[in-house]
Amino acid sequence: MVAQNIAFGIIAAIMVVGALRVVTVNNVVHAALWLVLVLAGAAAQYILLTAEFVAVTQVLVYIGAVMVLFLFGTMLTRAQLGKEKLLNNPTWYLGIPASLLLLGVMIMALTSSFGDEKLPTDSELVSTQAISDQIFGPYLLPFWALSFVLLVAVIGAIVLARKD
Amino acid sequence: MYALLSSIPYWGETLLRLLGGAVAVLLPAGTIVYLFLFKMMSFMQSRLGPMEAGPYGSMQLFAEVGKWLQKEDLLPERADSFVFKIAPLIVLASTFLLVAVVPFGPDAWFTNFEAGVFYALAVSSVSVLGILMAGWSSANKYSLLGGLRAAGQLIAYELPMILAVVGVVIQAGSMNLQNIVVAQNAGSIFGWDGLGNPYLLTQFVGFLIFMIAVQAELTQTPFDMPIAESELVSGYMTEYSGFRFLMFFIGEFATAGVFAFIASVLFLGGWGVPFSWFGWTGINDVDNWMNIGGPLIMLTKMLGLVFIIMWVRFSYPRFREDQLQRFAWKVLIPVSLVNIMATSVLKVAF
Repeated sequence: MVAQNIAFGIIAAIMVVGALRVVTVNNVVHAALWLVLVLAGAAAQYILLTAEFVAVTQVLVYIGAVMVLFLFGTMLTRAQLGKEKLLNNPTWYLGIPASLLLLGVMIMALTSSFGDEKLPTDSELVSTQAISDQIFGPYLLPFWALSFVLLVAVIGAIVLARKD
Repeated sequence: MYALLSSIPYWGETLLRLLGGAVAVLLPAGTIVYLFLFKMMSFMQSRLGPMEAGPYGSMQLFAEVGKWLQKEDLLPERADSFVFKIAPLIVLASTFLLVAVVPFGPDAWFTNFEAGVFYALAVSSVSVLGILMAGWSSANKYSLLGGLRAAGQLIAYELPMILAVVGVVIQAGSMNLQNIVVAQNAGSIFGWDGLGNPYLLTQFVGFLIFMIAVQAELTQTPFDMPIAESELVSGYMTEYSGFRFLMFFIGEFATAGVFAFIASVLFLGGWGVPFSWFGWTGINDVDNWMNIGGPLIMLTKMLGLVFIIMWVRFSYPRFREDQLQRFAWKVLIPVSLVNIMATSVLKVAF
């Protein structure tokens, strides 16, 4: 358990540094690459929690698809090499209260719903079958709703991109 | 043998696994380059290929590596040096991560991951990131175009690949590669178990789609728009030299080997022989000698599959970019969706 806590600390520190760099570097592509580091750190944290299916999904969806699309899009349009002035919004400090508010809400939500409860230290590996049983059992309706939202987004993108 | 293995401490086991991973990546890469790139291509073009270094040029690889290592590590003046330097490492790292889930025998595996196939597909998509980084950071229009083409192609062909694997996962009832091997070798075709039940027979459409997608993921010739030497010099690798070019080169052929390993696990029965030959019923009955024989069987199947990949590579002309995208989205993905539907209907019916 001690080893897990140490690993958590190291990965969390890397994630925090990466997240700060995402918003402070003066280059779009560098910011995207720091974001990759943060997302990879999240995947590593999931593995520490023995949630391997979620970790693999994180890698496949966020690093393999979303970040590649981010980079693809910026490189296709305006990814300069070297520093770029005016990349950081001059009103960046307005984000501080917003992020503090978000932090407060999340702490509230977590403490009120879990309180002193802790994760079992010798938790068993959550099998993929168990996850799919949950998704296609009690959570079927939210799953369908999410799929529907994605479908609408895809159709919307096609409508916007069509030239007729 | 098991007693010997269980007396090794944890750190020793980890060290052995790392060493085994390096062998499982580099040995196929070297074999593929010598056997297919040097000798088979020469044969198909009516020439001899390398003949000077060692008997039949078999030491040529060491000469090539030596040549690359002593070349200067060039860096374009306007390039983004850190991203430029780290990009080939990411491409190679994705190959090493990929080999970690491939089982080579009943006990000869690096990690017996529960969601093995899923992990392999996820990790293989990380190499796109390295390719995009290489293309952008080179400060060269050819490199950037090559990187963008590569990203567009790899995203397009990742989907049919994942969908082709779903058929196998449905039939085996597991995402664990070890379980998929056992399901094929312990299975039977309408009660006859002389051959096991290799999914090549039942999932032939899936196998075809998977191999086409592998060809595209490896950017081998009918799908080599990202490198296209007649238009883009060498695509995203244009500015690389010396050791960093060597890393891209090893990455290309090692990934070919690892994808062939995964294809042989998914469709050809992996390390196993049909269990009925020796009267085994499950993974626990399998004799210990399979830990030696399994890797050799895997190596043979891998070479067979890479032979097909290289055969296609040396025979066909290049797809145009629009043909390539249309083929993925309008042919491969619909066909693989139909394959999934047919597989699940038959799975429920039988």
